[in-house]
Amino acid sequence: MDLRDTPEEAAFRAEVRSWIQEHMPDELRGHRGGAARFEGEALRAWSRELSDAGYSGLTWPSEYGGRGAPYSFQAILFEEMARAEAPPHVGVIGLGMAGPTIMAHGTEEQKARYLPKILSAEEIWCQGFSEPNAGSDLAAVQTAVTLAPDGKRFVVDGQKVWSSFAHIADFCILVGRGDPEAPRYQNLTYVIVDMHASGVEVRPLRQITGEAEFNEIFFTDVEVPRENLLGEIGHGWQVAMTTLLHERGTLGFALTTTLEVGVRKLLALARERGADDPLTRDRIAREWIELQALKYTNYRSLTKLMQTGIPGPEGSGVKLHWSEQNQRLTKLALELHGPEAQLLDGETGGFWQFQQLRSRGNTIEAGTSEVLRNIIAERVLGLPRSR
Amino acid sequence: MNFSFTDEQEQLRQEARSFLARKPEPQWSELAELGWLGVSISEALGGAGLGFLEEAVLFEELGRALYAGPYFATVGLALPALGEEQLARVASGEERWSAEIDGLVPDLATVDWVVTEAGAARAEGETLSTMDETRQLGRLADGDRTPLAGSLDRSRTLAALACEAVGVAQQALDLAVEYVKDRQQFGRPIGVYQAVSHRLADTYVETELARSLAYWAAWCVAEGDEQARIAAAAAKAFASEAAVAACERAIQAHGGIGFTWEHVLHRYYKRAQWIEAFWGFPAALRAEVADWAMEGARDGVPVRVA
Repeated sequence: MDLRDTPEEAAFRAEVRSWIQEHMPDELRGHRGGAARFEGEALRAWSRELSDAGYSGLTWPSEYGGRGAPYSFQAILFEEMARAEAPPHVGVIGLGMAGPTIMAHGTEEQKARYLPKILSAEEIWCQGFSEPNAGSDLAAVQTAVTLAPDGKRFVVDGQKVWSSFAHIADFCILVGRGDPEAPRYQNLTYVIVDMHASGVEVRPLRQITGEAEFNEIFFTDVEVPRENLLGEIGHGWQVAMTTLLHERGTLGFALTTTLEVGVRKLLALARERGADDPLTRDRIAREWIELQALKYTNYRSLTKLMQTGIPGPEGSGVKLHWSEQNQRLTKLALELHGPEAQLLDGETGGFWQFQQLRSRGNTIEAGTSEVLRNIIAERVLGLPRSR
Repeated sequence: MNFSFTDEQEQLRQEARSFLARKPEPQWSELAELGWLGVSISEALGGAGLGFLEEAVLFEELGRALYAGPYFATVGLALPALGEEQLARVASGEERWSAEIDGLVPDLATVDWVVTEAGAARAEGETLSTMDETRQLGRLADGDRTPLAGSLDRSRTLAALACEAVGVAQQALDLAVEYVKDRQQFGRPIGVYQAVSHRLADTYVETELARSLAYWAAWCVAEGDEQARIAAAAAKAFASEAAVAACERAIQAHGGIGFTWEHVLHRYYKRAQWIEAFWGFPAALRAEVADWAMEGARDGVPVRVA
């Protein structure tokens, strides 16, 4: 056990820290996220800079344009970005979900075609999993992915929903029903859909924040070349599990990074407002302590990942706890504003009001808290299945 | 960065776990033979010359087994105050120690000496009726005090208690999981019901978070890191609350049997509350953390560079 950086890690940290200092535009510091990510070119340009410097896909193998770095470097990058309040690379679905899935199940042609442009933010990806009648129950998707009689293409018909980035995306990783007759879990097919293809229609959904970060996607007779198949026909469930494993496996550090920024801002706010009553200080300390708990849980999980190639089960609760903590933290921040908590054009320009409303999505997106508790109960604790 | 115990430390954990499973109430002389009393005492004084991380492993396992002897009092509390001759007698099992904190002495009746602010005292006085009967508190009688070579180390003690709390929480969780898998109502094991299983999932998450904080604090103590004070306060605050909550949820999951004197759960529950109360309730510790984090000079988010 040694929580210090190794000499290599320390050198990397120093490199990243000075790189961010030199390259990050001031107006991006403390970027509030949300739909503002899509406005203008600033975040795409920042993402490209991260990529050119070799900071996107740090842990990806070098043959796919990554740096082949150990996972600890990824953690250091996240920590340093949090310290500088730097916004993340805009291609989160591509980097965190589509890329790893293509690496695990894709053909060499697919890897060569898609991976470099995920890293460079030249192409943005979205995810087509959830449907109006298939949310937590992914195996119930109804969108048809039918192999055409000539065997050379699929035809996609159906509707997806809650798809972040779809309105700016170039590609979609989509899970649909390949064979309506096959039993559950053996009937799904996983394909890459060109979002610019004919028959794809994206309708933004306005959220509780007033912004549109996510969308509905309608697919009407959309033709998808056979070479866009990931895995095999009917094996979409297994491929989707890879995607979700990566979503939950690598997400912990990214989420904890955003919380770290939140706690830093909360502390600054509390100092500024002279929050000196014991109750408030108690609540602030709780946020600080639980941030450390998440952070060191990530470290434990990371160590296991580096030693065995598989993240430990302890990380399974990180997203669950993070989401509930972020909801609590943002409410506390609003409370510190006192009677001005309702004002959107106050000193912080609606930053905390936005974060508080946005945080309600945290316990729903990327696995609802209910599903995550089921997963922990059944797969970690070994309790009998509830379904 | 490497946040895992070594193979040797994991082996010590396995040995401790299987020994305590066979023998949950070992004699003090057996702990001396096992080398647990002198883990961090130098080899020249008859110890093993290891460090606090090895002791942390033992605190956790002893908490899990709800060990009732004065191991925490001697090794977790008094040790840093002792001189060489005293340490040699601790390692050999000849002397058991405790310390007076907030006017109270843990395990006064089962130790030989007590560390006080004024020096070492004979363990004489009145044992007080204590909620956790496995770790009774006492009040020292007046008497002679002889000077001591060292002084207590609160961070080290709080880290030890955090590790012990993790062991308690884990055992409460394990007992609850076994019970709800087995217990049938309405024709199904009750663990199938999400009103039951989701609470245990929460216990799991909190126990893992507590473990991360406890190991972080243990490492800081072992390394003499400047963050030891704040890490130990954070760890003890969170882990003791997690242990109390784990026991409460376990009692609820057990239904009526969990509320009986006969079942072991109430003893874990009382130990969890003992840990919560000793040398600073969670709220008091959080006040220390807040003072530290709110200091203008700090950014509140430590990043360690070697």
